Amino acid sequence: MSDATTDATLPKTAAAETPEGPWRVALRKLFRDRTAVGAIIVLVLIVLACCAAPLYAKYVSQSDPFQSNLDGSITLDGNSVDIMQADTAGLGLGVTPIGPTWHGQYFFGADNQGRDVAARMLYGGQNSLLISFFATVVTLVLAAIIGTIAGFIGGLTDTVLARLLDVLWAFPVYLLAISLSIVFISKGIQIGPFTIPSNSLILPIMIIGIVYVPYVARPIRGQVMSLTRSDFVLAARCLGVPSFRILVRDILPNVTTTLIVFAPLMMALNMLTESALSFLSIGVQPPNASWGTIILDGEDLLYTQPMVAIAPGLAIIITVLALNFLGDGVRDAFDPRAKLRVKKD
Amino acid sequence: MTIPSKPMLKAESLHKTFKVGSRFRAGGIQHLHALSDVSLEVYPGEIVGLVGESGCGKSTLGRCLLRLYDVDDGRITFKDRDITGLSQRELRPLRADMQMVFQDPYSSLNPRRRVGDLIAEPLRVHGKHSASDVQARLRELMELVNLSPDFLTRFPHEFSGGQRQRIGIARAIALSPSLIVADEPVSALDVSVQAQIVNLFMDLQEKLGLTYVFIAHDLSVVRQIATRTAVMYLGGIVELGETDRVLHRPAHPYTAALISAVPEPDPQGNIKARTILRGEPPSPTNPPSGCRFHTRCPVAEARCSAEVPLLRALGDNRSVACHFPLDGSAAAHA
Repeated sequence: MSDATTDATLPKTAAAETPEGPWRVALRKLFRDRTAVGAIIVLVLIVLACCAAPLYAKYVSQSDPFQSNLDGSITLDGNSVDIMQADTAGLGLGVTPIGPTWHGQYFFGADNQGRDVAARMLYGGQNSLLISFFATVVTLVLAAIIGTIAGFIGGLTDTVLARLLDVLWAFPVYLLAISLSIVFISKGIQIGPFTIPSNSLILPIMIIGIVYVPYVARPIRGQVMSLTRSDFVLAARCLGVPSFRILVRDILPNVTTTLIVFAPLMMALNMLTESALSFLSIGVQPPNASWGTIILDGEDLLYTQPMVAIAPGLAIIITVLALNFLGDGVRDAFDPRAKLRVKKD
Repeated sequence: MTIPSKPMLKAESLHKTFKVGSRFRAGGIQHLHALSDVSLEVYPGEIVGLVGESGCGKSTLGRCLLRLYDVDDGRITFKDRDITGLSQRELRPLRADMQMVFQDPYSSLNPRRRVGDLIAEPLRVHGKHSASDVQARLRELMELVNLSPDFLTRFPHEFSGGQRQRIGIARAIALSPSLIVADEPVSALDVSVQAQIVNLFMDLQEKLGLTYVFIAHDLSVVRQIATRTAVMYLGGIVELGETDRVLHRPAHPYTAALISAVPEPDPQGNIKARTILRGEPPSPTNPPSGCRFHTRCPVAEARCSAEVPLLRALGDNRSVACHFPLDGSAAAHA
């Protein structure tokens, strides 16, 4: 067996360093990807800015972004300026909200209630981020549960679950989201003693989360099916490992990667959907704001004060782009097939 | 060697059919006859080689023997216990005694688990070892398969094919089984590594008194390791006997063709007349009538397409399923 010992001792030199798990390898890869790191930085800045909304409103904007302020005025370069300015070209009301000042107060100008758009954007960003984040959590959790059960058990269970997903899939996403929103957001939901009021953020979170479930559950189901037939699961069965342990120890860790790859991309999609629903006034309900509702506020002012619609639009674009770049980086870092490609070259 | 009279594993006329296709697609559901009427006995301490072309059912047979697949018909007896009808749950305690080594050392190890965790899995599941026992056993196992115990904390992707196969073997022998089905354990490896792994299998058999069913498509591997050899063609065993006899004086025309297909190491030497098989093996979804080999057999006659030849003894500890066995063994003409 002398020939075998060479085989055994060959990489012994490298054994001294701590072995890197697939997780750490992936993270290291992710943090070497400049685009992804840039996206992470942008996202962190956006989140921090939105978290600082109350501070911004109190100390910088010095106004209440949830109160109309039609009679107020601010001091600009030493002069007192009305927020609603007399202007015949305006809404026909005789006033036009102030445009972007590019100073602390009313940075992006005011909406037609006289509220500070910049402050409202920070508060609205909180809601947009919260909804898209938690909707992603809802989608991934439901999809993971449904996809894993369908793929692992197979047979009739799989058929029933897969057909249910198909039914959900048969509806165009926006059509389904709009229908659900109209029904639930107009009335709220009452389940026994629990009431979810129509202005609760839970409604858009659940609606957006559920609408996208089939898009994630399908690939998860497929992956679990192929994992269930894989050699290492057969090996585990052969070793006498009980099914549940196989599911937890062998299958789920492999599915987690897929979920992580999906997460940023789903969050980007959810943010777009949330904005669309809010723009149609069936998402976040006033006086709460989201980037979508602020665009709606800006719709009337598009010709006179376009910044009211453009600013939240830019915020959405930047966030969604950053999420997509992050998603690409995460996929490259975590996708085992991509890793294989690098290895074989 | 003397073969004890009592088989450790006994398979009696196993049948296994896979359904392929779909009711809703062209062609409908077809039945793929992976195994038809296969009987095999494995005695303690021996190494039974299973050879044949790809798709002849040798891997299916291996998996059926361990009840990883359910057979449609037939009986499997392991150590005097009928295991054909046992549920997977009932089989679990028996799993400790019968193990498998897989062909592909890449796909048979979960990439997300450390080597130590992979090898310890059977020890933990069967619960016969305490935590400190597990660590000691892991080191012992790594030593047995000639790997450094330092590797226990590493992940499978850090290893070569040969090293991974050693890990697979360590996992299979962890519970000290008496039977191991090795499903083409060397065919995915480089030729230089193949020899090492075959040697490891032989070493382990000596040290641990193992019994193997060794599946391969490479005759030279089987010649090196197997005490008895079964040749399979299209879901059935066509010849079964001591490896030397089967490979040197084949009785079945198919065995003869397989042997003559092995390249000669010396191109200047006398080149023997080759039996060259024409065409592809017939589809197992629609096997030929009578002897399944008659469509490609050089000595086939009318009887062969009408009557299924049964596996019968030729006298020298060998059985063959052929109406007209080679080697002038006229005695078989009954």
